[in-house]
Amino acid sequence: MTQLSIEVENLCKSFDEILAVRNISFTVAPGETVALLGGNGAGKTTTISILLGVLLPTSGTIRLLGQDIVRDRFPIMHRINFSSPYVDLPRRLTVRQNLMFFCKLYGIVNARERIAQLSDELELKDLLKRQTGSLSAGQKTRVSVAKALINEPEILLLDEPTASLDPDTADWVRSYLKAYQNRTRAAILLASHNMSEVERLCDNVLMMKSGQIVDQGTPCELLQRYSRTNLEEVFLDIARDRNRPNTSESTEPRENIEVGDI
Amino acid sequence: MSDSLQIGTRSSDTAVRVIRKDSSLMRVQAVLLRHLYLMRASWPRIFELMYWPSIQIVIWGFFTQFLLTNSSYVAQAAGVLVSAVLLWDVLFRAQLGFSLSFLEELWSRNIGNLAVSPLRPIEFLGSLMIMSAFRTLIGILPATFIAILFYEVSIYELGLPLVLFFSNLMIMGWSIGLMVCALILRVGLGAESMAWLTIFLIAPVSAIYYPVDILPGWLQSIAWCLPTAPVFEGMRAILFHQGFSLELYLHSLGLNAIYLAIAMGLFIWSYHVARKRGLLLQIGE
Repeated sequence: MTQLSIEVENLCKSFDEILAVRNISFTVAPGETVALLGGNGAGKTTTISILLGVLLPTSGTIRLLGQDIVRDRFPIMHRINFSSPYVDLPRRLTVRQNLMFFCKLYGIVNARERIAQLSDELELKDLLKRQTGSLSAGQKTRVSVAKALINEPEILLLDEPTASLDPDTADWVRSYLKAYQNRTRAAILLASHNMSEVERLCDNVLMMKSGQIVDQGTPCELLQRYSRTNLEEVFLDIARDRNRPNTSESTEPRENIEVGDI
Repeated sequence: MSDSLQIGTRSSDTAVRVIRKDSSLMRVQAVLLRHLYLMRASWPRIFELMYWPSIQIVIWGFFTQFLLTNSSYVAQAAGVLVSAVLLWDVLFRAQLGFSLSFLEELWSRNIGNLAVSPLRPIEFLGSLMIMSAFRTLIGILPATFIAILFYEVSIYELGLPLVLFFSNLMIMGWSIGLMVCALILRVGLGAESMAWLTIFLIAPVSAIYYPVDILPGWLQSIAWCLPTAPVFEGMRAILFHQGFSLELYLHSLGLNAIYLAIAMGLFIWSYHVARKRGLLLQIGE
């Protein structure tokens, strides 16, 4: 039996009186892409931050690659990576210096070869000597993707990976991530507002609202269930509590959903 | 310079008419308000305003008082003040080097990348300590050569004890740096000025330029609870040809062990709280 990449069980997070994440459960299998979809304040970033280990959960269990990360996350940190709008790469370092820094941080011995490979694949060769702070948004995103893949992660956590990118660059990034996943069978958990991105990349979608998973399924299943033609309409139905499907499994916020089992 | 513009009204009964005014005064007020809001929300910023004048007056007040009764002090040991300045700078640079390396990660929003990596907190602190030693040497070495060149004062004449003084001051610098970083993790970048000014809080009682004896009794007790006072007393003992005091060295080393343990505990606690509150990705002004 293949080990699941991400296992989240009864996860809760509260900030004083505010419940940011309410008892959610899901799994992500190797080679699977799962999206956390929901409006602002739905709990997507909180969930990803907990999985990254920068935020402690109030209760619940999280296993990444079989390791309980609440107890000790360091044994598997070299096997995961992430991209988030809340972090930057050091701006005064050149692109090459940045990539070298992250190679060392993740213990990559053949750093030069890895940087050469990523520069080739992500078309960074002309940027290697430039200061990261001087790059355009699209160029910075390509460097961030290189950083996120520097250790060839088995789990990739992406928070709004194509936010503020033009459609061409965003499409390019999505294609690259898909190709990477096909090659490595990495598990990807993605938080996004971009419905077309979710439809294109994701095998499963967890619809979040007020810290809960209120529905889930493949993009096709969700479209059928809500009788809609695109995920944006499904998103609006859920956000505005309208056109709710009659199936009993989808009418109430659900708990203990295992995406890998769908 | 102000003229009123009236724009857009809403059609409903409860509509509020927006009245705009082209006023330099209001724009200036806006900027002032932005900074006052910031200051009001951050006690370290207010504290900093009062801090420097108070510290300066305390240090130089004690020194003046000391010179009034010991006018031959400097003449007895050439270079005692220059050596004191250099050793004080070791402490200052060690602490600043530690805190600045940490702040660089916050300013560049890179702390999240470090937190979500295989880098363990203890490894991170170890790297900050090495960087601090590196920055201190870069800062201090040229100054020691200038002292030899211009004032014929060589701190290297202290011999082997110099290494012991240096290491004790470095450790104390790291402890204060750790405490500053712990504070910044707790309250945010509003406390970043603490990186520059905290060290001077202990300057008056560190007996840098004058002996501990010149301090009032209650301050002497505080001075002997700091690892710095025994170092500067030890330096003066050598320069006044009284030899190296093992007792003062062990006194300083023992206190350093306690301070470093407390500082590490504080940092780990702050890091834990930052993870609990999700501050690592959001730390800012």
